[in-house]
Amino acid sequence: MAQLSDLVNLDLTDSTTKIIAEYIWIGGSGMDIRSKARTLAGPVDDPKKLPKWNYDGSSTGQAPGEDSEVILYPQAIFKDPFRRGNNILVMCDAYTPAGEPIPTNKRCAAAKIFSNPKVEKEVPWYGIEQEYTLLQKDVNWPLGWPQGGFPGPQGPYYCGIGADKAFGRDIVDAHYKACLYAGINISGINGEVMPGQWEFQVGPAVGISAGDELWVARYILERITEIAGVVVSFDPKPIPGDWNGAGAHCNYSTKSMREEGGYEVIKKAIEKMGLRHKEHIVAYGDGNERRLTGRHETADINTFIWGVANRGASIRVGRDTEKEGKGYFEDRRPASNMDPYVVTSMIAETTILWNKS
Amino acid sequence: MALLSDLINLDLSDSTPKIIAEYIWIGGSGMDLRSKARTLSGPVDDPKKLPKWNYDGSSTGQAPGEDSEVILYPQAIFKDPFRRGNNILVMCDAYTPAGEPIPTNKRCAAAKIFSNPEVEKEVPWYGIEQEYTLLKKDVNWPLGWPQGGFPGPQGPYYCGIGADKAFGRDIVDSHYKACLYAGINISGINGEVMPGQWEFQVGPSVGISAGDELWVARYILERITEIAGVVVSFDPKPIPGDWNGAGAHTNYSTKSMRDEGGYEVIKKAIEKMGLKHKEHIAAYGEGNERRLTGRHETADINTFLWGVANRGASIRVGRDTEKEGKGYFEDRRPASNMDPYVVTSMIAETTILWNKS
Repeated sequence: MAQLSDLVNLDLTDSTTKIIAEYIWIGGSGMDIRSKARTLAGPVDDPKKLPKWNYDGSSTGQAPGEDSEVILYPQAIFKDPFRRGNNILVMCDAYTPAGEPIPTNKRCAAAKIFSNPKVEKEVPWYGIEQEYTLLQKDVNWPLGWPQGGFPGPQGPYYCGIGADKAFGRDIVDAHYKACLYAGINISGINGEVMPGQWEFQVGPAVGISAGDELWVARYILERITEIAGVVVSFDPKPIPGDWNGAGAHCNYSTKSMREEGGYEVIKKAIEKMGLRHKEHIVAYGDGNERRLTGRHETADINTFIWGVANRGASIRVGRDTEKEGKGYFEDRRPASNMDPYVVTSMIAETTILWNKS
Repeated sequence: MALLSDLINLDLSDSTPKIIAEYIWIGGSGMDLRSKARTLSGPVDDPKKLPKWNYDGSSTGQAPGEDSEVILYPQAIFKDPFRRGNNILVMCDAYTPAGEPIPTNKRCAAAKIFSNPEVEKEVPWYGIEQEYTLLKKDVNWPLGWPQGGFPGPQGPYYCGIGADKAFGRDIVDSHYKACLYAGINISGINGEVMPGQWEFQVGPSVGISAGDELWVARYILERITEIAGVVVSFDPKPIPGDWNGAGAHTNYSTKSMRDEGGYEVIKKAIEKMGLKHKEHIAAYGEGNERRLTGRHETADINTFLWGVANRGASIRVGRDTEKEGKGYFEDRRPASNMDPYVVTSMIAETTILWNKS
């Protein structure tokens, strides 16, 4: 009998010039990712050449039933690791038919900040460390944890190996290669401190592309867990108690920070970040107060503290940066469920555009 | 549905020049292996060309939280049998940001001994026989043993075949090929005396590379048992009673021992080993007193005894070596959980550098 995988893996390049484009967007909760596919006449590598599309916003909590069309504007193209061939993934953002960004569209405002000449000049680089937890389907208990119970305490799992320490590596490794294939700047992966928790890093990515790449990386991850029959959670504190939370630490630098004398620029930027601590925290992900407790390698949510090599700080500067007098800093406050368009543009805005008045 | 294995096995060499490097190090217990991966811009075959990296030492018991960076120095490269393509495994050792080896870094001191001109001149060769036991996950009882009970007594299992005598051959055979693929000098495998126990041998390797190769072979083994859903144990006496323990016999020779008249050199070397018996035993692995009882093909831990073809000896010399007047000797004292950097360098130090004073 023919197998399903024979059909799923058909290489169409010999039969037709047509390609399949999977349009991806963010739904009404701000964290649910949606997608649907369409056929195009031939290969496309420039998002500006892709047609706009639309979807039923009343089915995603983004439009009323009697006026439900939401328009998708293609913004970035990646190779599709699931369909391969010339097929593509297209990251989009959402607008009303009149051309206004809908309320959940955070990309539009971020793109404005990144196209501000002062910001463009500084070529802001981002490296985002996305943590996430794998859960067993139906019971929503972490992968590898005993039914109705807990594994041994944290210690052996960080970068650990072995059937009793690493749960779900197949998913993580498939995701790494799939993202590289897609053209995403995935720079590494590691097993995290809580068993069943993992991390991947995207970057360095410039400006708005950091958000595009992270969202598509999240999309690919959830498509892979779908194949594996496992659920992925971006909750910042999936298990209460003596178990680490999940963050999305954001590493950041500007041209000035990367050049001679950069360390002084970094210190001034961190000072501004500290003055706007409350505003940033509000935008850094829902439920972050369950995670930023001052324990488990976090700083308390009401405290702003920065330090070199200090993992209990809000912002950490690496020893290399201190030694070389230039480099980058790591904002450890964002939760795993943060919106990278919001966080990356806010950091650029605070450090480049904002002045303490 | 697309299969997870399609993604894990993606050959990226057509999509990108980038490669994935898995950096491996030894954690705070001295036996726990850790690793994490990063993307590099292209293939690398010289460890000196790999960037240093760092990890969170506070999560592995190797640094405090407020000063947690531990630096990884790449020391040896092997091909990655899991990711294949141009992807690599990198064996590293660990240093403080100031450049000092951290206390659990045993490679640094070993490398100093091996670069001593008197030692280099003797081109020390090592062949290490690594024994290990496979355990069922969750219950931690040997693979193939009945639940809550014991198999028939030892006898049929050594090099045995058949579903009632050999448990876990898949793991052993895939490990053999994976190590050969990786470029490790794996010289053989065999089923051991206790059911569920196996052995592989690495060598002949020169100087510091013996330790590098054995650690990476252990890493590959635990990654494979992770895939198989089985736990690997390096405990020297996993089951008390009339069941063999697990060792890491270390075969050793120098240029002088391999040349004409070598047998006299060997006898002098063994004499020095005997004079330092207590010091060696202290460094030959924890829990060894449960294994070196004088029974089960071991010599009692407090006794130093050597002999030709004597498996009850501390050090055994093969009949070939005796007959040809040159060759090597086998130190049977090291436990399966020994650190090969410590053991190999200590044998070189005692036999080449140390003089009874």
